Amino acid sequence: MTDVKRFSNGSRVPGWDEAVDLEKDPATVPDAATTEVPAQLRAHIEELVVRYPDKRSASIPAMAAAQEVHGWMSPTAFEQVAAVLQVTPAFLVSVASFYDMLDTQPYGSRRVYVCTNISCSLRGGRELLGRLQESLADAEDVQVRPFECLGACDIAPMASVDGVYVGPIEDAEVGTLAEQIRAGADPLPDKQLVKRACADPNAASTS
Amino acid sequence: MSRTLIFKDIDEPGLATIDVYRRRGGYGDVLRKALQTPHEALVNDLKASGLRGRGGAGFSMGTKASFLPQGKMDKFLVCNADESEPGTFKDREILQKNPHLLIEGMIIAAYAIGANKAFIYIRGEYTQQADVLEAAVAEARSAGVLGSLDLWVHRGAGAYICGEETALLDSLEGKRGNPRLKPPFPANQGLYQGPTLINNVETLATIPIILTLGAEEYAKIGVQGSTGTKLVSVSGNVQRPGNYEIELGVSSREIIYGLAGGPADGREVKLWFPGGSSSPVLTKDDLDLAYDFDTLAKAGSMLGSGAIIVVDDSNSVVDVCLWLAEFYRHESCGKCTPCREGTNWTVKMLERIQQGVATPMDLDIMASVQEQIIGNCLCVLGDAMAMPVGSMVKKFREEFEDHLERARLANPLAGDQPPVVDPVLIQGAVA
Ligand SMILES: Cc1cc2nc3c(=O)[nH]c(=O)nc-3n(C[C@H](O)[C@H](O)[C@H](O)COP(=O)(O)O)c2cc1C
Ligand code: SF4
Ligand code: FES
Repeated sequence: MTDVKRFSNGSRVPGWDEAVDLEKDPATVPDAATTEVPAQLRAHIEELVVRYPDKRSASIPAMAAAQEVHGWMSPTAFEQVAAVLQVTPAFLVSVASFYDMLDTQPYGSRRVYVCTNISCSLRGGRELLGRLQESLADAEDVQVRPFECLGACDIAPMASVDGVYVGPIEDAEVGTLAEQIRAGADPLPDKQLVKRACADPNAASTS
Repeated sequence: MSRTLIFKDIDEPGLATIDVYRRRGGYGDVLRKALQTPHEALVNDLKASGLRGRGGAGFSMGTKASFLPQGKMDKFLVCNADESEPGTFKDREILQKNPHLLIEGMIIAAYAIGANKAFIYIRGEYTQQADVLEAAVAEARSAGVLGSLDLWVHRGAGAYICGEETALLDSLEGKRGNPRLKPPFPANQGLYQGPTLINNVETLATIPIILTLGAEEYAKIGVQGSTGTKLVSVSGNVQRPGNYEIELGVSSREIIYGLAGGPADGREVKLWFPGGSSSPVLTKDDLDLAYDFDTLAKAGSMLGSGAIIVVDDSNSVVDVCLWLAEFYRHESCGKCTPCREGTNWTVKMLERIQQGVATPMDLDIMASVQEQIIGNCLCVLGDAMAMPVGSMVKKFREEFEDHLERARLANPLAGDQPPVVDPVLIQGAVA
């Protein structure tokens, strides 16, 4: 018998939804006065809200800010954002579950996205993913996951380490990179995208 | 035939700051003059320049701006900086290195349509670029160049579909990024139901350049129907992947071989996507096509976002097809059935081919699934998978059949086992 991998719902294919706790009443809009929200997070969200004609527009950046604080979109994180925005937690959960960068499960608060889209796969992106996942399997609080095109196919194969784009990552550098990620150090400083010049030879000319 | 307008001095240190940008003439006479031109004349200038949208659809920028109603209601300008089309990374270069060019373009566009509120929707993964952009907007605000324009950077959170203009609007309103039924088009009912103009980063950043040169001069660059220069992102199996600014109408071979160096020695181009992964593939026989909107459309593909992905002859077309289909399956928003189910079944059928449990009939079924997706969906994400997959099956049918047969022979037991989805590549799987 081959060992068939399964999802947490017991199926070989991913489910569309996470199960709902039917015993629980739906949560209402949390009380703004009694819900404890870290002062900085509250200030940040309040600052976001005034940019938009409709406060709900702030929900995605507000959740991103809460995720920064809590490491993931935990029930507490949802509660806090809902309290400041005065919306139901359910509204926020429905939104968060749509977006790849908002985690509704604690996969790890340090995020390593390895691109496995076409241009990166043509240059070894999938092998890179496998090796990084293996090297960092035991690293606490670090998630290494496949990601769609990150908009940096010129440095394929590449990864985003907590938002810092690095590439092209050579085979020989994977070990170093894994250690740097583990230690929370600056990842492959010489290979960071922001230090790269434009490829167009005509762009360099100053006239 | 390369002409550098947007990329001129792009790597000049400090270009992202307002001081250097101003020293190079930014926020100067061109802006002052534009803000004194009557709205209609400005829109006519944009039309006359022939500028076509750089985000994918290639619609005339000036014409789209002219669709917005006149009048004093709240109107919005939205810059599409979601840049998620696989293979595309050109906007990133502008956002990171010359954000003020975009901001100046937005000030002019907002004035032209009478919008007083504007947003830049940038993909959440571009954190480094968004930081630069936010700093630039803050600088522009405190320097007073924004005038009465209320401009904000809005970060997304990872969803390809939010690049589709109506999904982007829903996402900007704080909802799930599901596309809306059109019509009404955003020009009439967009953000918060108000008239909204949505344009790509490169489109908006080109406006100050057009006004500097003059619309007529700009229209002389490029070829008829495709005026101006275009940023092209070249990636995949080429020796010098990167962003290049080309004059529209140059030969594709010149871009792929001349600029990007072509595939490694001893390899040749097997297939290429001329405009991102959503464009039907072309082969090595098409390399001499002129790179412009109309020529590529006539050849059965499209210029799209200007992202050329080159695949050389060391790769299997079945692999590429599967990677592509996996992407669209992941990114389908799930709102309409042909796209949601069609992307899923296409992946499953390709996996069967890989695992040696498919028959040649599956190829016909797969091709017919693609046909049933095209034109039957709310937005074009479904078509964006169906067209390239369909083109690969059509142009490389023999290789698919070969691959299928070899995989079947290599796996004589496969017929007794159910195909297994590889959970490694899907978040949430446990070992
Ligand atoms: C699935 C899908 C994804 C898209 N992604 C983007 C994108 O990332 N960036 C972009 O500028 N346009 C994208 N577009 C095109 C937009 O819908 C829209 O046509 C464009 O932003 C208009 O700007 P333009 O006229 O300046 O090109 C996408 C379209 C679809 C259907
Ligand atoms: S075509 Fe796909 S992505 Fe577009 S609305 Fe329908 S399901 Fe959503
Ligand atoms: S394919 Fe990997 S960044 Fe685009």
